[in-house]
Amino acid sequence: MKISNLLMKMGLLVAIMVGMGEWSTALAEDASVPTVNSGDTAWILMSSALVLCMMLPGLALFYGGLVRSKNVLGTIMHTAVILCLITIVWVICGYSLAFGPDVGGFIGSLEWIGLQGVGSEPSTVYATTIPHQVFMVFQLMFAAITVALITGAIAERMNFKALLAFSVLWSLCIYSPLAHWVWGGGWLAKMGALDFAGGAVVHISSGFGALVCAIMLGPRKGFGKEPMPPHNLPMTVLGTGLLWFGWFGFNGGSALAANGGAGVAFIATHIAAAAGGLSWMAAEWVHRGKPTVLGIASGIIAGLATITPAAGFVGPMSSIFIGLVAGTMCYIAVVWKTKLGYDDSLDVVGIHGVGGFMGILATGLFASIGTTGLFFGNAGLFGIQVFLALVTLAFSVVGTYIILKIVDLTIGLRISAQDEEMGLDLSQHSERAYS
Amino acid sequence: MKLIQAIIKPFKLDEVKEALLELGIQGMTVTEVKGFGRQKGHKETYRGTEYQIEFVPKIKLEIAVADSRLNEALEAITRAAKTGSIGDGKIFVSELQSVIRIRTGETGEGAL
Repeated sequence: MKISNLLMKMGLLVAIMVGMGEWSTALAEDASVPTVNSGDTAWILMSSALVLCMMLPGLALFYGGLVRSKNVLGTIMHTAVILCLITIVWVICGYSLAFGPDVGGFIGSLEWIGLQGVGSEPSTVYATTIPHQVFMVFQLMFAAITVALITGAIAERMNFKALLAFSVLWSLCIYSPLAHWVWGGGWLAKMGALDFAGGAVVHISSGFGALVCAIMLGPRKGFGKEPMPPHNLPMTVLGTGLLWFGWFGFNGGSALAANGGAGVAFIATHIAAAAGGLSWMAAEWVHRGKPTVLGIASGIIAGLATITPAAGFVGPMSSIFIGLVAGTMCYIAVVWKTKLGYDDSLDVVGIHGVGGFMGILATGLFASIGTTGLFFGNAGLFGIQVFLALVTLAFSVVGTYIILKIVDLTIGLRISAQDEEMGLDLSQHSERAYS
Repeated sequence: MKLIQAIIKPFKLDEVKEALLELGIQGMTVTEVKGFGRQKGHKETYRGTEYQIEFVPKIKLEIAVADSRLNEALEAITRAAKTGSIGDGKIFVSELQSVIRIRTGETGEGAL
């Protein structure tokens, strides 16, 4: 009932606005009263759905294809359950902690708990041309995908109950504060730190949180001794395509309006993905003698992750450069991992951690739209961006460590060696993907 | 009677089957197997890391023949399965004590 009321109200608002045309918009701007813009609202609703598509099926298939066949359902399940779980957590208190009225620059207050006061009128602070609830649901998708990204590092061996507890704690204690600091008017935002669509909040936080997870869980049974090749690369490529598609909402939607800024972000996103794919493919070709499908898919994701914080601030030529650097650097990071010996099974650190980190720095170097970076004469921004990247990394590493310790002592992080041998699908879920 | 077990390259199965059918051999059992000999597997690369895959997919063909047909059957399999490169496979021949056709209860060469 409530939803239909809301839709009617929104429809009415849209109808009034369309009917009154430009005159009413001009009047509203003069009076500086936040008014819902139908185009902006439509785009952010659509973008929210696009980010959902990045998770289920995008990320689920991307990760699902990379694991062995006995773990594919368990891996898909990680993304599915996190999407459902974080949705509820976000509505109950995650959103209020991240975007609620500021408390000392560090956290949002609990004033918007259960979305009280978050209605169909625009917020006076965030995205003032779209309903506050639409802004909330767009941010909800970001909160969910950030936790889901981490599951690539714990693949094929984590206890399901432990994962549930970890996800809730991580979202509330790491994601919500970070989102507040950078996007919710917190202390990093006040410093002028820029993160267009989540290079720090999403990718550095999940990428380096994933590093701690991989180290604390320990390697999979037989890691380094027996080959663990991906069981279905076409599935991974399908996931890559859906991630790329959804990323237009992720970055394009982060303009929070259907305007030139969204166009800039959309174009930069696409270009960096293409450049990243070519760059990784070329690097692997030179290094190992063959261009690979998994290589081009991984490079596309590296390009997308890296451009994320910069997408709304950089031009097309900068996007090519950022994508090219992303593909090769992430490839080097992933190869280097093997030498360090930790089992980041699906390369969350090498792609999202390293990519997000480079992207935050690249924003400080290449920003030329709406603000200026080092290469356009503003050295100050670069310093702030380095600080943002390091603070996010440190906060995520320390916070993730504490959360994992708590979960390990109460529930236990790993499944038994016997269950691991059997695979997640049968041991955790009593199901089989292929029969 | 003899039991022939031939380990061959999977893509050679059709040619071997045709060659045996031309000789009038009526039936065979085929299993997908993995193994290695001097070929010693192959290399796969994922995200820049090389894996040595030791057990290579092969086809195991089992045919029971009368002693009088053995040589021509072996010759047909060898000719059809050969590529000349390493990994072509091996043929094992062993004595076959008895054969029973389940439907009729026939035994010996009549059951082949």
